[in-house]
Amino acid sequence: MAVGLTLIFGVMRVVNFAHGDMMVWGMYLAFVLSTRVGVDPYVSFVVCAAALFALGVAVQRGLVDRILAAPHEMQILLMLGVALVLENTALLAFGPEPARVRSPLARLTWEVGPLYVDVARLVTFGLAIVLTLALSLFLFHTEHGRLIRAAADNPYGAMVIGADVRRVYATAFGIGAACVGAAGALVSPILPFQPPTGLSLSVTSFNIVIIGGMGSLLGAFVGGLLVSVAESLGAVFLRPSLKELFSFSLLILILLLRPAGLFGKRAP
Amino acid sequence: MTWTLGLAALAVLLALPAVLSGYAVTIFVLIFFYAFLAQAWNIVGGYAGQLSVGHAAFVGVGGYTAALLLDRGVTPWLGMFVGAALAAVLGGVIGYLGFRFGLRGFYLVLLTVAFAEVCRILASNIDAVGGAVGLYITFTGNPRQFQFQDQRAYYYLALALMLLGTGVVALIERRRFGIYLTAIREDEAACEALGVPTLKYKMLAMVVSAFLTGLGGTFYAFYLFSLQPSTVFGIPLSVEIIIRAIIGGAGTLLGPILGSFILTPLGEVSRAYFSQSGLHGAHLIVYGVLLITVVLFLPQGAYPYLRRLFGR
Repeated sequence: MAVGLTLIFGVMRVVNFAHGDMMVWGMYLAFVLSTRVGVDPYVSFVVCAAALFALGVAVQRGLVDRILAAPHEMQILLMLGVALVLENTALLAFGPEPARVRSPLARLTWEVGPLYVDVARLVTFGLAIVLTLALSLFLFHTEHGRLIRAAADNPYGAMVIGADVRRVYATAFGIGAACVGAAGALVSPILPFQPPTGLSLSVTSFNIVIIGGMGSLLGAFVGGLLVSVAESLGAVFLRPSLKELFSFSLLILILLLRPAGLFGKRAP
Repeated sequence: MTWTLGLAALAVLLALPAVLSGYAVTIFVLIFFYAFLAQAWNIVGGYAGQLSVGHAAFVGVGGYTAALLLDRGVTPWLGMFVGAALAAVLGGVIGYLGFRFGLRGFYLVLLTVAFAEVCRILASNIDAVGGAVGLYITFTGNPRQFQFQDQRAYYYLALALMLLGTGVVALIERRRFGIYLTAIREDEAACEALGVPTLKYKMLAMVVSAFLTGLGGTFYAFYLFSLQPSTVFGIPLSVEIIIRAIIGGAGTLLGPILGSFILTPLGEVSRAYFSQSGLHGAHLIVYGVLLITVVLFLPQGAYPYLRRLFGR
């Protein structure tokens, strides 16, 4: 999930407040597909990714494109508006009750020596690694990936060498949204969700991206691990409801001391 | 001309409760109250251009302080200033850290959000302040305890708050302070080059804004008689405040008031109307669409647009 955000921010320096809400839409899509059509979320995540790709391209082309030159603040506010619309459309469509997708995989556990391993979590973790690897292959070893990174470094320069920068932006935003959609579908059997979940997901993924470093895929991945380890330790040693305190304190420290994040290259 | 219009509007607002129904008075209380909060945010978010999405923290600190002091026998009329002072201290800390370390734009947004969230988590985990359940204030109807039998008392109090906020902003706007803030928003590097102590003025803006918002927190607590960590410290409350200032016109004197007059009735009416048919959240979709429209087509907000339209 944070991988999607870091792509969007890294390329366009647009902060996507609608990130978590897009993820919730991915979850609900998986939910609908599994209850109505009977497709397991571990299969339907491909469909969710495709649908969110389309949504991402539409948001980029229809809205963000118009104000790329405007001050940063306006883009934050714009995405805040998109987030409000997405979250509350989900609320209208699916109601406030928490939902959870059932998958036969989610009930299996493997016994490895003294440990019990949850198969669903293992599959999700594995697919997350595969997706991150595929994305970095795409970014660093294909023509289009190079264009995306070029546009991130220097939009004007990319334009000079003949790249259609707007199209590159739309693809990048779409891919970012697709990652989020896939992630949403993949965690839907593990994590119960409801429309307001989107906001806390957005905030968590900002934490991860800032701590790991803006625009760095490795950073997003390590940041994700760091935040979840910090929260689990907090939950074990103090009260479970205090666990978020750790990630927010970590966030404040990183913001003040190293705003580019642990793996980020450029200062803000 | 402007003065006569303003006085006429004030006279109408003062006379209104005599003819309004109970429900309409409630809506006006909310309009004034949110206009006041948006006006307070306007100082730092509008004039100085420092986007804060953590103003709910100041509402919470103000409200909690006054409510806790009441339990120890201190009247909220005094408690509200203690709460506001504490909110101002918090604003000073956030402002100092944020501005001293040169955080801007998105990074400042995240810092303010993080501080508000830390406040929320602390408040819901410390049992002495009510924990996750929050604080409830027993209704006594005693004016000395900031409680009134008559809705109209709240109406005049909220109106007074809105006028106070607007008065403060009007004062700031006319002084060197306000001009410095606008200059910082437009080009901070140039300001520094000219020798304007930008850190000092940004901090001052944050502290004044936090103080006013903290005052609002006391009103919130004693109008609703309850404080829950997730509502008074939550991000949604901060968004409600910002959205009014932005849609009305951030960095203008009357923008936040206009924004509240547009959005609050819209929100309340659609909330009441749609909730009956079991549709929640419809008013927030309307807010979201309005916010997107304003950002795309009227980036300065509705008030400057209307002003140009009527050529005043």
